[in-house]
Amino acid sequence: MTTETHALGPHDPLPARPGPDPEAGASIWRLAARRLRRNPGALVGATIIVLFVLVALLAPVLAPYDGQALPGRAQIRPTYIPGPSADHLLGLDRFGGDLLSKLIWGARASLTIGVLSTLLGLAGGLLLGVLAGAFGGWVDMATMRLVDLVLSVPSLLLAVSIAAVIGQSPRAVVIAIGAVQVPVFARLLRGTMLAQRGQEYVLAARSLGLTRRTVTMSHVLPNSLGPVIVQATLMLATAVIEAAALSFLGLGGGSPTTAEWGRMLTVAQNELEVAPRLALWPGACIAVTALGFTLFGEALREALDPKTRTR
Amino acid sequence: MDAVDGPLLSIRDLDVGFRTDQGTALAVRGASFEVHAGETVAVVGESGSGKSTTAAAVVGLLAPNGSVTGGQIHFQGIDLLRAGRAGIARVRGKEIGLVPQDPMSNLNPVVRVGRQIAETLEDNGVVRGPAARRRAVELLDEAGLPDAAARAHQYPHELSGGMRQRVLIAMGLACRPRLLIADEPTSALDVTVQRTILDHLDTLTADLGTAVLLITHDLGLAAERADRVVVMYRGEVVEQGPALDLLRSPRHEYTRRLSAAAPSLASARLTPARPSPPRDAPDTPDNIVEVDGVTKVFRLRGPGLLGRGRDLTAVDDVSFTIPRGTTVALVGESGSGKSTVARMVLDLLTPTAGEIRFNGRAVSGARRDRAAEVRFRKQVQPVFQDPYSSLDPLYSVHRTIEEPLRAHRLGSPDRRRERVEELMDAVALPLDLLRRYPGELSGGQRQRVAIARALAVDPDLVVCDEAVSALDVIVQSQILHLLADLQQRWGLSYLFITHDLAVVRQIADEVCVVQGGRVVESGPVDQVFEAPREGYTRALLDAIPGRSLDLGARSG
Repeated sequence: MTTETHALGPHDPLPARPGPDPEAGASIWRLAARRLRRNPGALVGATIIVLFVLVALLAPVLAPYDGQALPGRAQIRPTYIPGPSADHLLGLDRFGGDLLSKLIWGARASLTIGVLSTLLGLAGGLLLGVLAGAFGGWVDMATMRLVDLVLSVPSLLLAVSIAAVIGQSPRAVVIAIGAVQVPVFARLLRGTMLAQRGQEYVLAARSLGLTRRTVTMSHVLPNSLGPVIVQATLMLATAVIEAAALSFLGLGGGSPTTAEWGRMLTVAQNELEVAPRLALWPGACIAVTALGFTLFGEALREALDPKTRTR
Repeated sequence: MDAVDGPLLSIRDLDVGFRTDQGTALAVRGASFEVHAGETVAVVGESGSGKSTTAAAVVGLLAPNGSVTGGQIHFQGIDLLRAGRAGIARVRGKEIGLVPQDPMSNLNPVVRVGRQIAETLEDNGVVRGPAARRRAVELLDEAGLPDAAARAHQYPHELSGGMRQRVLIAMGLACRPRLLIADEPTSALDVTVQRTILDHLDTLTADLGTAVLLITHDLGLAAERADRVVVMYRGEVVEQGPALDLLRSPRHEYTRRLSAAAPSLASARLTPARPSPPRDAPDTPDNIVEVDGVTKVFRLRGPGLLGRGRDLTAVDDVSFTIPRGTTVALVGESGSGKSTVARMVLDLLTPTAGEIRFNGRAVSGARRDRAAEVRFRKQVQPVFQDPYSSLDPLYSVHRTIEEPLRAHRLGSPDRRRERVEELMDAVALPLDLLRRYPGELSGGQRQRVAIARALAVDPDLVVCDEAVSALDVIVQSQILHLLADLQQRWGLSYLFITHDLAVVRQIADEVCVVQGGRVVESGPVDQVFEAPREGYTRALLDAIPGRSLDLGARSG
């Protein structure tokens, strides 16, 4: 901190702390990124996420067969499902589909549902949260009671009900999971906005004669987004699991041969004794993806934690 | 143990390092000093000087990323650094008592205070069971807690800050230690409370023959309370010696600056607000602000959903005026309502009754139109207490100072950049800080940025709400000089809110003493300081640490 000398006044000859400041000109986000790079949890999480996203994007290139194809149909017997072979690295499923191909295409389906539903939940939550956090008073009261009402219903039950009402389709799953997430984001954002509104920099901004909208949009909201972004990462993990759960319950639509991890689990439960690998592989994919998002989310939370920020 | 000759505590060439993102940082470098039996030694320094780290190293309570990297700590002849975890734990509490800094966070909130002291006694094997409970009450009584038997059954949140600090003192002295380490024991308390607690601690440790290692940032307080003073600066002990000698003839440059900056030792205003009072014509007083019989009542929420609310009168019929170009200070302890007055003058709160006039026109909250509000906001600007929360952490310094200019569409982008650079110059900040973010600035630098932002719109009145209270003495003195200098150059008027009478003396022309929401005494600073009329004002003045010291011919 060579600049410290200046603050000490011009007339004193005291030595300044030597050495350049490596963090000069860095915003909170850049500092957080730097901290993330040093966190092994974040690296593992990010690697998992990147890997699965790549697999999902490159599914047509990577997968040996199409998601719906049943190349090994002829080899299936009522009491026998062929295991791994040179043609089918992870073996076949009940209907003669290639397990590896279905997992790869399933990554695409599951991640899409997870990301879309979280985006939906985030959008709804931001809207309600900003409404409650910015206006306060009866708007806040009404919004939050509504949110409380939704929160009081168990999330999976709510998602099942919504999906059942809309009908069996992947779109229904996205909407159901997104709707369940809205209250979580709304509450979190409103809480952080209320806390930020009490900060002195907000009073200072008001004293500068800025309009309420400017103060909210350019000071309060940006400073409240950190926890919401962390929560979104963590929610992605939950969304992937819930998507699997809803598909498992048969609410995702499609046929038994649809390449989607939850759907694959449903079918596999009948063959658990004959071919447990049919359940293990999609189960592991769901768990590892969720783990990746959770690790990254937790690391992000630590990196953005005001207590660990350099003051 | 008494057979051991020599000092009770001896620290020699102590190095303490902290592992950080950027490698190991030395927080203490080659520190050496001694504490003899029954003696009070004060370690003085600003935040980051390593004074608290040294104390933590003695009792083996360094943060997890810190470690002693060199030197020796001997207590009663035992090498504490070789004693191991168990060895230090045996000494800690029993032989070395500790009074921590913050009475708010150092008591367990879910355990009754009597129980917490009894635990200390039991853990150290002094007494157990009912005897420990009885002893706890005795100790609380001894620490000066009124009605100790009843208080022992209360939870920490039911006690005031001063009472909690007494509980911590009782805890620190519970096992009759030979040495008591008190780390800023009263910094979080009001001055009058601070004084009674320190007085009590003095008599208590004198009676018990306990040596005290007092950690403080306040040189005046150190000189008043300690036999010897150790001055630390950036991890090194730069000077030590008998308290008065050190103050009268400081040898090291830093000690000289510290004693020059200590507000408690200063005796006069920094620079006169005006060379001579020019507009003192009695028939037309030129007041920039007139506060006329202002009252503010807050409605507190009652218990439960339907509980009836309670009214709290925070400000009760307060009147004062700020003559243009001068500084008026509102001084009072926490909860006195002084900050509420400041927020009403800033029009961030609306008075329940009474009127505040700015330049003769009423400041009246929501009723004014937008243009009038902007006009008012441009003329009155705040500087808040906490330099860590008064700047938006996501805004660079440049953006922070530019914001008011951009919001009010003042000047072209180029002109604004020039203006920002002018302002940086005015608050004596180097231009290369413009790209930095608040998280990378020191407390003093942040406060300068906050002042620059306040001055950007060229205000007439600046409301400083405890603007220097969170700063180290030297930085505090620099900011006060800056404010005084800006006032002289730009003819600013200040409303200065503070709990620190010593600061009032340095910056203000007139002072209003506030107690319980009312102004109990007001007048020119010299008059109030030389001849206080009210008992409360006298108590506040007496509580300024170092005031009793006779330092001979000092000029402020």
